[in-house]
Amino acid sequence: MTSSRASRLVLPLLGVALVLVVWTAISQTVAPDLPSPAKTWTESRRYVLEPFFKDGEMNQGILRLAFYSLVRVAKGYALALAIGTPVGFLLGLSRTFREAFDPIIQFLRPISPLAWLPLGLVIFRQSEPAAIFTIALCAMWPTVINTAVGVRSISQDYLNVGRVLRLPRRTMLAKIIVPASLPYVFTGYRLSLGLAWLVIVASEMLTGAPGVGGFLWQEYNSLVYSHIILSVVTIGAIGFLLDRLMGAVEQRFKIV
Amino acid sequence: MPYLDVREVHKTFASRRGSTHVLGGATLAMEDAEFVAIVGYSGSGKTTLVSLIAGLIRADRGEIALDGALVTGPGPERGIVFQQYSLLPWMTVRQNVGLAVDAVDAGQPAADRRRRTEELIALVNLTAAADKRPSQLSGGMRQRVAVARGLAMRPKVLLMDEPFSALDALTRATLQDELLRVWTERRSAVVLVTNDVDEAILLADRIYPMTPGPGAVLGPPIDVSLPRPRQRRHLSLEPAYQKARRQIVDFLRAGRRPAV
Repeated sequence: MTSSRASRLVLPLLGVALVLVVWTAISQTVAPDLPSPAKTWTESRRYVLEPFFKDGEMNQGILRLAFYSLVRVAKGYALALAIGTPVGFLLGLSRTFREAFDPIIQFLRPISPLAWLPLGLVIFRQSEPAAIFTIALCAMWPTVINTAVGVRSISQDYLNVGRVLRLPRRTMLAKIIVPASLPYVFTGYRLSLGLAWLVIVASEMLTGAPGVGGFLWQEYNSLVYSHIILSVVTIGAIGFLLDRLMGAVEQRFKIV
Repeated sequence: MPYLDVREVHKTFASRRGSTHVLGGATLAMEDAEFVAIVGYSGSGKTTLVSLIAGLIRADRGEIALDGALVTGPGPERGIVFQQYSLLPWMTVRQNVGLAVDAVDAGQPAADRRRRTEELIALVNLTAAADKRPSQLSGGMRQRVAVARGLAMRPKVLLMDEPFSALDALTRATLQDELLRVWTERRSAVVLVTNDVDEAILLADRIYPMTPGPGAVLGPPIDVSLPRPRQRRHLSLEPAYQKARRQIVDFLRAGRRPAV
């Protein structure tokens, strides 16, 4: 018990220490432009210790920047769910719909955010809606596909209950089909959120919008490489927290 | 014409690996308020026959009629207690029963439907557990919910597909007694499918033995001439009990292939 708890704490710390050592070694040898961990910290400490300061559009505390990104992701993600969930249900429920749209979905799914964004700019002529459009389009697919799979894998036993009761279609949906597929739907939501967060960097880099991704790109152009690392670490930490959060939500909807 | 009339039904299931001939012309006739049991070995096609009567699947040949109307699909007038209960896990006991009450009594005031839901829950002794979900219930309690839901459908005939097979022996005996009590109060038509000969004799008026598949058929029905109310304790000593038991077992053994 004690040994396992100790190893649960010690081993991850050991892993982090090893990464820091390798990072230092690389910055001292093959990549002299890469800031060492110590240098990264010195140059980033104000952004971390005063996470909400604001000196200019792009010179802000890291959590303030992250907040802008999160708001943008929330909008795109909400749009992704609003479109993806009904499309997923239609795909799962209607054979006609599935046969008509499944090929298109399989075709659109692997397209990178880098390809969607310019198209969004063409359509909306503004960077903010284009970014949200890109996030929504890229994040939608896991929700669409998991919902469709969830609907199609509902146990025939549950459907038979509805058939014997001759439930009207609406009741069948509300009382049996939706609740039975919820666990799959929420798995889709969790994966979609991960993708939405993944896309934020690309879309902010291309649009130059204020946020973690925009900051990262700007600091690259200003040659402040330590802030790239600061942004990367922030993106990772927030992504991890979002996944944990959605994991907890997902657990609540598991059928026990 | 009998109340429930199953005439020469055939059913073959086709799959990629070939086809399985399950029923080869099963015939059954019963009257209203009668308790009929179908007894046979596992895998002989009993569930298929019940699903056909329920209308969940269609027969390849033959006809099924209830109270003069041909069966063309599922409906609450042929209420069913599924073998695995099929309770909806996201609903409480009350909601599971209420779903059936609301569907079948849709035209009635909400207060009446609520009252009937509570009555059914009380009938199966689950009032204390009405707000629990199936996962929080024991096997016996789940089975009771399934019975309450079956009765909620106001069935002309209640179909029960091996309702006690998943229970331990003690719970099974309790629930058999309860079913006997409920049925004695209501006297509706019941078709009980089971692989337990003693259960069939305890509960049923008449018993159809089913030959082992493939191409299963029902043998001639055996009357259980035991008076009601029946007491499980003394039953096995009755000559009528032993006679019925011998007839059923002889029939089932005769139909069994030596290889099995």
